[in-house]
Amino acid sequence: MKKTAFLGALAAAGLAAGVASAQTLEEVQERGELNCGVNTGLAGFAAPDANGVWQGFDVAVCRAVAAAVLDDPQAINFVPLTGQTRFSALASGEIDMLARNTTWTFTRDADLGFTFVGINYYDGQGFMIRRDYGIGSALELDGATVCIQTGTTTELNLADFFRSNNMEYEPVPIETNAEAQQQYLAGACDVYTTDSSGLAATRASFETPEDHVILPEIISKEPLGPVVREGDEEWGDIVRWTLNALIAAEELGVTSANIAELAEGTDRPEVNRLLGTEGNFGEVLGLDSDWAVRAIAANGNYGEIFASTIGEQTPIGLSRGLNAQWTQGGLMYAPPFR
Amino acid sequence: MPATAPTFVRREMLPERPPPPLEAGAVRWMRENLFSGWVNTLLTVASLYVVWWILAHVSPWLGNAVWNAGSLSECREILDGVSGACFAVIRDRWHQLLFGFYPPEHYWRPVLALVLLLVALAPVLFSELPRRLLWFSAAYPFVGYFLLWGGSAWLPLLAAAGFGVGYLAWRLTAPGAPLAATVAAFVAPVLWWLFAAPPLLGELRDAVPLGIDFVRSDSIGGFLLSMIIGISAISLSLPLGILLALGRQSDMLFLRSVCIGFIEFIRGVPLITLLFTASLLLNYFLPPGTSFDLVLRVVIMATLFAGAYIAEVVRGGLAALPRGQYEAADALGLDYWKAQRLIIMPQALKISIPGIVNTFIGLFKDTTLVVFIGLLDPVGLSNSIRADTDWNGIYWELFIFIGALFFIFCFSISRYSMYLERKLQKGH
Repeated sequence: MKKTAFLGALAAAGLAAGVASAQTLEEVQERGELNCGVNTGLAGFAAPDANGVWQGFDVAVCRAVAAAVLDDPQAINFVPLTGQTRFSALASGEIDMLARNTTWTFTRDADLGFTFVGINYYDGQGFMIRRDYGIGSALELDGATVCIQTGTTTELNLADFFRSNNMEYEPVPIETNAEAQQQYLAGACDVYTTDSSGLAATRASFETPEDHVILPEIISKEPLGPVVREGDEEWGDIVRWTLNALIAAEELGVTSANIAELAEGTDRPEVNRLLGTEGNFGEVLGLDSDWAVRAIAANGNYGEIFASTIGEQTPIGLSRGLNAQWTQGGLMYAPPFR
Repeated sequence: MPATAPTFVRREMLPERPPPPLEAGAVRWMRENLFSGWVNTLLTVASLYVVWWILAHVSPWLGNAVWNAGSLSECREILDGVSGACFAVIRDRWHQLLFGFYPPEHYWRPVLALVLLLVALAPVLFSELPRRLLWFSAAYPFVGYFLLWGGSAWLPLLAAAGFGVGYLAWRLTAPGAPLAATVAAFVAPVLWWLFAAPPLLGELRDAVPLGIDFVRSDSIGGFLLSMIIGISAISLSLPLGILLALGRQSDMLFLRSVCIGFIEFIRGVPLITLLFTASLLLNYFLPPGTSFDLVLRVVIMATLFAGAYIAEVVRGGLAALPRGQYEAADALGLDYWKAQRLIIMPQALKISIPGIVNTFIGLFKDTTLVVFIGLLDPVGLSNSIRADTDWNGIYWELFIFIGALFFIFCFSISRYSMYLERKLQKGH
């Protein structure tokens, strides 16, 4: 009872904060800086380099939004957030948007008062095991010891998967990915399970990656995407359509190399609408007509961002898979710019 | 006297002979300390085996350490299958582990702040130094703030001026009414900080722009962040703890209840909960858009936390003083504060030194808990560094470096406390 009242008060206070800051766009422009919540460190998705400059797949979304809104992809104040602090930082207005590999779920969207503006990465939970065990499928894992990060959805998915397949397992609880790598390499567990992007990054960091296999089964859906507060639809639209612009740019063949040329005007109406030479889409969003040009020029289109941060040419080496364009058999499908 | 002594009497001293080999030097020491019985012999052999085992595994790893490489895979290429540490990561990222994202062109500022900190601490720690240096110690918080955060020099100057205002108010009212003077000494600076200083700051900043580049709190990280949180919380928690301990012993019911309530509440709650409160809950209650510096919030929480523990340690010292000391102070006609300052506290604090230092060291190591609220202290940065694709997979090297830094700091505190205990040892 007391707890309910307390949570109610919290939610009300959070709501008040949300309503009061309904003018996020103006606040950001006045501040001259975008407050973007990112992971404290996740290989390929968000990490500071040796000069303290943040790099990564999620970071690129922040940069695109900053470029669209502020005309400067560097005008970002990155706020490193943990799994526990990310939602309250967003609800309280400490950050303007959250790009921290956050899974879109029903409760987060409907109950917590946030809006997921889209999906920038389709992830899913997988398994990694030593090759010399000779196991080719997750259904053969009966009786295995499994390294699992505690307090995450992966823990629940794992329990569901083993139960529904009538298998036993012994969990080895661990706290961080780095610890998991050590435990797995030391043989404390037979199998390591986490999001398959994380598994790929982990495997790539091993001395002999070829001795380990990632099993083909993906046992959960983890659609990751940027999040904004509910209640400021204008700002939500800006982040949503910036992400869509990156995805559409890849589909339409707009790259950082040819964007300057295409922005002069082409004979393809959808490209023209995207790049602002036709229509007044920027104005509708509350920005100028070059917003998408700047967003795409910041790090390139979706495909270029993917390739330079987590793609097959990087040490992480993820293939496009579900994250390919819908025309290539993937799920990336930007609504039309019309 | 017979001319010749009996033959059974020796006439000359025998020369000293070396002790039998088994009773001298290393052999004896080993026999007495390592092999004095079969249990000890067994333990010695077992320990030697463990030491050898650890050395055999660790020393090649340390001996083959690679210091020049751009990434972990490059390290592995150089090592070519041999086990070895990859300290190249420290070479690549040491500045981040020490300073966080502090702008490199301003690194001289934290370094200078550290040097001045040592200067400011010296007269506090060593009573042989000239007492006039204490003035610098008193000014150091403002100097340190200015060096680390920068911005307009008028801000710390005006803040410091508040204390001058308080002193002035006390001097002006003291001759008339002592109680009013105490109140004035507290109220005047608060009024100054709230009403006089902000407009004055604006005016002065426009008239005489004096200052250095402002560095925001989120650029501060690494060991610098640990030091800022640790040092401020340590130096603020000692006076707070002493006041709380005195309050807990007070005869005034209200004061005593407040102090007991505060101490018991803080001691009953884990530090991590307080940190979460500082970073999450406060956001909901502050008006939206107020950005109350997170580092400052953490310093306040750590200070309150350590203050409660110090209070109990000091209370232990107070309880250990014989009743006669209090009565003697009363008999001399000293008032409460004079008795505390001259008689009670010097003795009580001396007794409490080991406990206080223990709390300080614990507090300093607890600063690493800020990693859970997303501040990038050395442990948090080790995670970020590992997230760089160049260094993903590196583990022990970073922890060894961080551990060494913390060890140096904590070990010096503990050595100083031993020195202090020896110096204050009066013997009974």
